Amino acid sequence: MDILKLEYDVPGDDFTRAGEASSGLKKALKKIGVNPASIRKAAIAMYEGEINMVIHAGGGKATVEVGPEGILIKLVDQGPGIPDISLAMKEGWSTAPDTVRNLGFGAGMGLPNMKKYSDDMQIDSTVGVGTTVTMRIAI
Amino acid sequence: MTIKDVKDILDAQVLCCEDSLDSEVHTACGSDMMSDVLAFVKDQSVLLTGLMNPQVVRTAEMMDMVCIVFVRGKSPTEEIVRLASAHDIVLMKTPHRMFTACGLLYSKGLHGGD
Repeated sequence: MDILKLEYDVPGDDFTRAGEASSGLKKALKKIGVNPASIRKAAIAMYEGEINMVIHAGGGKATVEVGPEGILIKLVDQGPGIPDISLAMKEGWSTAPDTVRNLGFGAGMGLPNMKKYSDDMQIDSTVGVGTTVTMRIAI
Repeated sequence: MTIKDVKDILDAQVLCCEDSLDSEVHTACGSDMMSDVLAFVKDQSVLLTGLMNPQVVRTAEMMDMVCIVFVRGKSPTEEIVRLASAHDIVLMKTPHRMFTACGLLYSKGLHGGD
């Protein structure tokens, strides 16, 4: 399998465009022959991350590296940061406004779902500075 | 059953990817919360929803679903239809409400899966 490195800008001002990066990642992983189960896990984890960046952080950057360790996804934003990460990881806990819930998101499942579909996940966040989420999906 | 069976059972109108009507589908889910679809759905191939935005198609794409049914007669925008076409996802709309649409499919053998 080829080693792959990808970078995506996630625009924060257009909810309708959220998911373009995940869609691109899915295509790229298929092209290099990653197994379908790992592709699905990576696509869902990345999509949840994209949605989070659009809802909470005004967008951000996603980088993906595929190599012997698996699929490494790094999501970096300069949003407001997460004051209490353990609380944010609880299923059903959400700070998303009703406008986001009306769009079908904001049920408090984003971060737990990203953890569920990753083999490793780390969140580094500083209030007022931003958040970096790193995920690894085995292949 | 096939996607064509879904169409017939729901008196639905197909909006794109008519070529895929012969594809087999085994399970379905109904939800307006894409967060829940991403969290709880496993291998369901049909999504019934009353939600109307491009993220419905994106969610189906990430979950490898092959058919989206819009309930309550709602018509998707051209942008939604274009996006579904690009990913070979059959879109259809049914006049039935969510509960009825799910019940009709369930009674004909399309279940929720695990």
